[in-house]
Amino acid sequence: MTMATSTKTMTAPHVEWGRVRPARRTADRMMKVIATSFTLIAIVVLFWILGMLIVKGLGGLSASTFTQVTPGPGTEGGGLANAIVGSIVLTFLGIAVATPIGVLAGTYLAEYGKASKLADLIRFINDILLSAPSILIGLFVYVILVEPFRGYSGWAGGVALGIIAIPVIVRTTEDMLRLVPGSLREAGAALGAPPSVVITSVTWRAAKSGMVTGILLALARIAGETAPLIFTALNNNFWFSPNLIGGVSNLPVTIYQFASAPYENWQQLAWAGSLIITVSILVLSIIARRIVRGGK
Amino acid sequence: MSAVTDQFAVPSAPVRKTPMGTFDLIFRNASFLAALFVLVLLAGIMLSMVVGGWPAFREFGFGFITSSVWDTQNEQYGAWPAIVGTLSTALIALVVGVPLSLGIAVFLTQLAPPWFKQPVSTAIELLAAVPSIIYGMWGLFVFAPLFAAYVQIPLSNIVEGMPIIGTVLYSRSPSGLGILTAGIILAFMIIPFIASITRDMLDQIPSVLRESAYGIGATTWEVVRHVLVPQAGVSIIGAIMLGLGRALGETMAVTFVVGNANRLSSSVMDPGSTIASRIANEFNEALGLQLNSLIALGCILFFVTFVVLVIARLLVARVKRY
Repeated sequence: MTMATSTKTMTAPHVEWGRVRPARRTADRMMKVIATSFTLIAIVVLFWILGMLIVKGLGGLSASTFTQVTPGPGTEGGGLANAIVGSIVLTFLGIAVATPIGVLAGTYLAEYGKASKLADLIRFINDILLSAPSILIGLFVYVILVEPFRGYSGWAGGVALGIIAIPVIVRTTEDMLRLVPGSLREAGAALGAPPSVVITSVTWRAAKSGMVTGILLALARIAGETAPLIFTALNNNFWFSPNLIGGVSNLPVTIYQFASAPYENWQQLAWAGSLIITVSILVLSIIARRIVRGGK
Repeated sequence: MSAVTDQFAVPSAPVRKTPMGTFDLIFRNASFLAALFVLVLLAGIMLSMVVGGWPAFREFGFGFITSSVWDTQNEQYGAWPAIVGTLSTALIALVVGVPLSLGIAVFLTQLAPPWFKQPVSTAIELLAAVPSIIYGMWGLFVFAPLFAAYVQIPLSNIVEGMPIIGTVLYSRSPSGLGILTAGIILAFMIIPFIASITRDMLDQIPSVLRESAYGIGATTWEVVRHVLVPQAGVSIIGAIMLGLGRALGETMAVTFVVGNANRLSSSVMDPGSTIASRIANEFNEALGLQLNSLIALGCILFFVTFVVLVIARLLVARVKRY
């Protein structure tokens, strides 16, 4: 009894409030304030960027933005029609390259390779490619597709974007296939279906929404990529040729070239382009997230 | 008796041909090849960088890394200023970005009320979806002028003449563009990556640990400091390395705000360049040895980020698998 009282007086000589010493309370309060304000800073930056795009971009948006081609130096007016269409073509070319490879590779990891050494290595390398600098992928495609063929092309741009999209699709496909319960596969196999049929008509079907999400995320990832296109698809101020040989106009590189140019209509178009591209990407990402949450 | 079973067994002994045997084989091999393609990609990137940059490495030898000359007239190229610029912007990005990211992760996992957690998480993840070039526009047209007016000019007045700080923080031309600005913009770009991995790691710690710490009277700060951070420790370092990998190779945003100066400056307020910004700036006009030197720069960037990312991936425990 006496001991209990003495320890009590030793550890907490004067208790002003509650059971927590003021120093501990202050440290705790400070941490909470700091963590909350750090979160606020990040959110403020996001809305600051969005606000900036809306304020500066809406002014530049008009019907001619979508109907006229990008203006040459010193030319009045103009729009972004060729850049928008070029961006859509390049992005879908990239997705068309990446989807079969990415889905099949993800299927191999989840269904065939599983825990094998090779599958582990591929997973590891894929994760590294996932965060590899996109400028290096641009340089790579320049070395293998632009230099040998002596010219920039939309094909090279599409391949560069595809290479950036592949690891995203591999990763999400594998993750989504893993969520499919094994009993479904066993049920399929028990009916006598070979593995390929089980995968294509049971596992893929069960994981469909998740796999589509992966492709949408990859789409969002490559739609705004600029660096790899500088070395591959380049850009120009005309309608690109339908065979995609030569420079193919696209939004990101147009923004890059127009943003700090001395012509006012170029700057206006750069802001309008930034608004278009950011809004499309954010909408894509939000849709992808909705599908994931709806699937769960 | 056994003869009878044999008789019955023999006809069914040959391997049963499934109607889709060929398709099965093709599908299996196609998916295997697609998976191997991932390995081929990385090897191809490595090889193309080494081969493309080889003329520069052969011409300048080890001096390519240590030389600060970048002279297109006399065909003399050195990577040192770009390497220093890359490392210093990435370091600034970590110094600014890591505390912010950890604060956000703690807020999301420990402090935010449940209804608030989802929208804030989404907002942080949307920061990662904003294209790099948009960060560049924001940095150049919004952040840099404010930074020049409210930080560079007052700070230069204060630190002028001081030893060391007077050199490192003094801006000779307060335009808002420079190494420090690039580092700060990079910080905001890597925050979503570090914050969301750390958040996932903190969420995976069994709540029994947290609750027992609260049970003995620990405050939230003490739970975070003594229970959560030691538990998630190695993975947090992995997340930070992942952010570092991003910061090292980020191109467009940096190209907008770093100032693109080819010389080395002792002040973080002065314009500089990074490997990625140098490549983006000069590539389309480069010919011959300059082109090879730019690819050689890319080769250096490849090996630095490769090492950083390998360490990062080894440290981030992939709890979600198996």
